[in-house]
Amino acid sequence: MKDVKSQASKNAPPGRQGGLNAEIQSRIGHQLRAMYDDVVRQGVPERFAELIRKLDAPTAAHQVRSEEESGGGANDQENGRD
Amino acid sequence: MPLTDSLRDDILAAVPSLRAFAISLSGNGDRADDLVQETLLRALANIDSFQPGSNLPAWLFTILRNLFRSDYRKRRREVEDAEGNYAKTLKTQPSQGAHLEFEEFRAALDKLPQDQREALILVGASGFSYEDAATICGCAVGTIKSRVNRARSKLAALLYVEGAEDFGPDETVRAVIGGNG
Repeated sequence: MKDVKSQASKNAPPGRQGGLNAEIQSRIGHQLRAMYDDVVRQGVPERFAELIRKLDAPTAAHQVRSEEESGGGANDQENGRD
Repeated sequence: MPLTDSLRDDILAAVPSLRAFAISLSGNGDRADDLVQETLLRALANIDSFQPGSNLPAWLFTILRNLFRSDYRKRRREVEDAEGNYAKTLKTQPSQGAHLEFEEFRAALDKLPQDQREALILVGASGFSYEDAATICGCAVGTIKSRVNRARSKLAALLYVEGAEDFGPDETVRAVIGGNG
């Protein structure tokens, strides 16, 4: 790949700085979406599909939630110590 | 509304973008998946408060965003330490032109203020309108626009503009320069 700035300067109309900015913003937008879409394309991990399948009603959601909390509260307890 | 099969399908369909949002915010895959899981549990526990016909992804993103922010406050010190370490590696590795890898972009994104990063991701990657992003972040539309603009400028400065003083050498480098002079 070539240097971004020289590419941008080439594309910019003579005597204008705006082209550089537009090129950079386009690259940033592309990078941002590439990063994001890379994750989107991974689809739904089985753990989440299963979680949603298991939960039939709001009461069930509460139940799983409290199980989660009792299982994962170790860090909070650590915080109280010096 | 009750959790119908169709609503469940819609929630499931939102999971991939919820994960992408969570990873973009937190920069950490494991933490992101924990955030998504907590978001789903909260959403399902509070499904009665979801208004049928309203924007389900925006509702889910709002939950995730609020969870992340309360979590973020707890971890702030940790995050700041990580940023400090990254800044050191930047100073010893001069920019290599267009050698812009994911890691570098990721690191630059992590250096944005929280408000700006989330606004940029919601509008620039998730594809929400400024209006929806404002609802998700609980602020005015104009505020979102301004945050997105500032985020873009700052990323440009971090990634592409050499010697941008606002984002360039910090006190350590100035001290070294001053000490040699």
